[in-house]
Amino acid sequence: MTASRPVSLATRHLSKSFDRPAVDNLDLTIYGGEFYCLLGPNGAGKTTTLRMVAGLMRPDAGTIVIDGIDALAEPEAAKQITAWLSDEPMIYDKLTPYEYLEFVAGLWRIDAGTAEARARDLIAWLGLEAQAHDRCEGFSKGTRQKVALAGALVHDPKLIILDEPLTGLDAGSARQVKNVLRERVAAGGTVIMTTHILEVAERMADRIGVIANGRLIAEGTLDELRVKTGAAGTSLEDTFLALVANEAELVAAA
Amino acid sequence: MSQPATLTWLAGHEARLGWRDFAALMTAGGRARARNAVILVIAFAAAMHGFAYWIVAGYADVSLDSDPTTLVAITATLLLSWSLLLSQAMESVTRAFYTRADLDLILTSPVSARKVFAVRMGRIAAAAVAVAVLLAAPFIDVLVLRGGARWLAAYGVVAAMGAVATAAALALTIALFRLVGPKRTRLIAQIVAAVIGAAFVIGLQVMAIFSGGTLSRAAALQSEWVMARAPGIDSLIWWPARAALGDGAALLAIVLFSFALLGGAIALFSARFGDHAMAAAGVGSARVRQRRGSLAFRRRSPQRVLRQKEWTLLLRDPWLISQTLMQILYLLPPALLLWLTFRTGNEDYVVLIPVIVMAAGQLAGGLAWLSISGEDAPDLVATAPIAASRIMAAKIEAVIGMIALVFAPIVAVLAFDSVFAAFVAALGILAAAGGSTLIQISFRVQARRSQFRRRQTSSRIATFAEAFSSIAWAATAAIAADGSWFALITAAIAVLILLGVRWISPRQA
Repeated sequence: MTASRPVSLATRHLSKSFDRPAVDNLDLTIYGGEFYCLLGPNGAGKTTTLRMVAGLMRPDAGTIVIDGIDALAEPEAAKQITAWLSDEPMIYDKLTPYEYLEFVAGLWRIDAGTAEARARDLIAWLGLEAQAHDRCEGFSKGTRQKVALAGALVHDPKLIILDEPLTGLDAGSARQVKNVLRERVAAGGTVIMTTHILEVAERMADRIGVIANGRLIAEGTLDELRVKTGAAGTSLEDTFLALVANEAELVAAA
Repeated sequence: MSQPATLTWLAGHEARLGWRDFAALMTAGGRARARNAVILVIAFAAAMHGFAYWIVAGYADVSLDSDPTTLVAITATLLLSWSLLLSQAMESVTRAFYTRADLDLILTSPVSARKVFAVRMGRIAAAAVAVAVLLAAPFIDVLVLRGGARWLAAYGVVAAMGAVATAAALALTIALFRLVGPKRTRLIAQIVAAVIGAAFVIGLQVMAIFSGGTLSRAAALQSEWVMARAPGIDSLIWWPARAALGDGAALLAIVLFSFALLGGAIALFSARFGDHAMAAAGVGSARVRQRRGSLAFRRRSPQRVLRQKEWTLLLRDPWLISQTLMQILYLLPPALLLWLTFRTGNEDYVVLIPVIVMAAGQLAGGLAWLSISGEDAPDLVATAPIAASRIMAAKIEAVIGMIALVFAPIVAVLAFDSVFAAFVAALGILAAAGGSTLIQISFRVQARRSQFRRRQTSSRIATFAEAFSSIAWAATAAIAADGSWFALITAAIAVLILLGVRWISPRQA
């Protein structure tokens, strides 16, 4: 089914080492209009992978192609259609959400009229109207994350990369963020997200990739992963733990 | 070992934290660097003793029967040092109010908050006294060596000055807290601290300019105007000076009074310290509504967007403005001298060109740190579809633009007196600002803007390089303004400093 869809992100032999290999020969293929969740234990290499894809870190080896653009050879063209959002919303305390969105739109060279209309829609969509002209310095974590998400969407990216975007959000804010992401995917956008909240992956992801020790150890829909572990009908949590335990045994045996 | 939650136990805890802060400052957190830090401290102490010998060795024979001129000079020196100590103590007290750190733990524990904060104030006082004694030690050691053991009394005077400075800082900060509230106290206290630190130096320079037409502070202290108004030799005002000269009775009185004052201040203020700290902690959640003329998005290039962002963030942060532009305070005396020069037509402007160039270098260093290292959304900027070189260029333009805005009026006034001097000053300002910016680029480390005050501790090499580069460019500008080709030599030294910085910088590796 997925083979006929355009590829949004492809990494081949992607590798990065610090004091030990963090990402090891990783091949990922994510299709346009897909919601892809990357799961893995702490230190598995999820964030390093996403930071390389977002252009925040250069790989030691391998290739990254975003929507047909070689992201290592043409980083600016790749960044033009990509958005990055981390678990720690990095926004400017002394700017208002409205000014922050104007700044982001300027960086992405979005036409002022178009950006303004999008900013208004996003502010309304995320329920930020009351704070739109307040400086961000007094905002809660959830509000800051919503402002950062609006910034990630104001330039209408084709690929949205999110690293633990729901960490620390209350139920209401988390639901708003999830709704926004679902709508982006429904509109043809691609989302790749890491999360430790397995219920979110279970409910939202079209496909799930499980990464351990920098390698992709399993990939597929939830049902495909269950089949792989031979435990049909179990929860994603059981499936995930079984996959990671198998990998740990293999590493220990090696 | 003391019982938990007693005053001595808490004091031990504070002492351990204080020592670890100090050790981290000296070794940058690396054990391997401890040996280098010890060598550096010994070398610094030796250099300071050499410097002190050059400054004070000739005064070691001054006796208790000195004339009023000597007492005026010693008292003014003590007052100058005390104003700097007061400034530092105010900074420490303000920081203690606004740093959340272990506040939640302290206030939710069953230990008396009064007891905890009394110990914390004691720690601030101990740090102030230690800094005062350490800075004064080379000078006192030289005086003891050359003039005898009676000069050891000066250590007692310096310790007493540290205690009084802390007591005054506590009183001033808490008075500000009650007068203007927690929201404004941090900013105002820091401005007051900086003004106190600079006011005495600036005041003396202004007096000197009016009395002798120079920037010399000694000229002001020896002026007839001051001597005619100095109190009699038996006045209490001279007791600190007499104590420093070895008068035992004066020393005992000064030390007892100072530490009693500190104890009283701690006893008086520790009870409410927790309330004030809690109020200060709530300031962060206050909302600030931003007014803007037009709400329409403006069409601008990415570089312009970046420059505008840097200027907006700086202009909206009064605390950062006070921290960065406080150096402009030191430009007031040269500006006054410039005005007098312009009025009288002499050529004293050569004296102020290096001051202006030096200030430009230091100011540019601070602004460059904010713009380059103090980026609060580094991931956002790094994932924007702009080449890294263009991002850096926009940030450099933001720094140089701010420097131009601050210094252009001074250069313009200078041009009325001498176009050549203005040209040299402008080149010197650009070179010093460019040099400091280059150093900040070479040693950039991602940090929050709120860590601005700790930027010097993150890279001491960058701090020293920035100072030496500014000094070299200031010297170059002064010599060039005098029309001498020797300026090429100091310019070469400045360039060598910058090349050296590039060579040893972590970014080069």
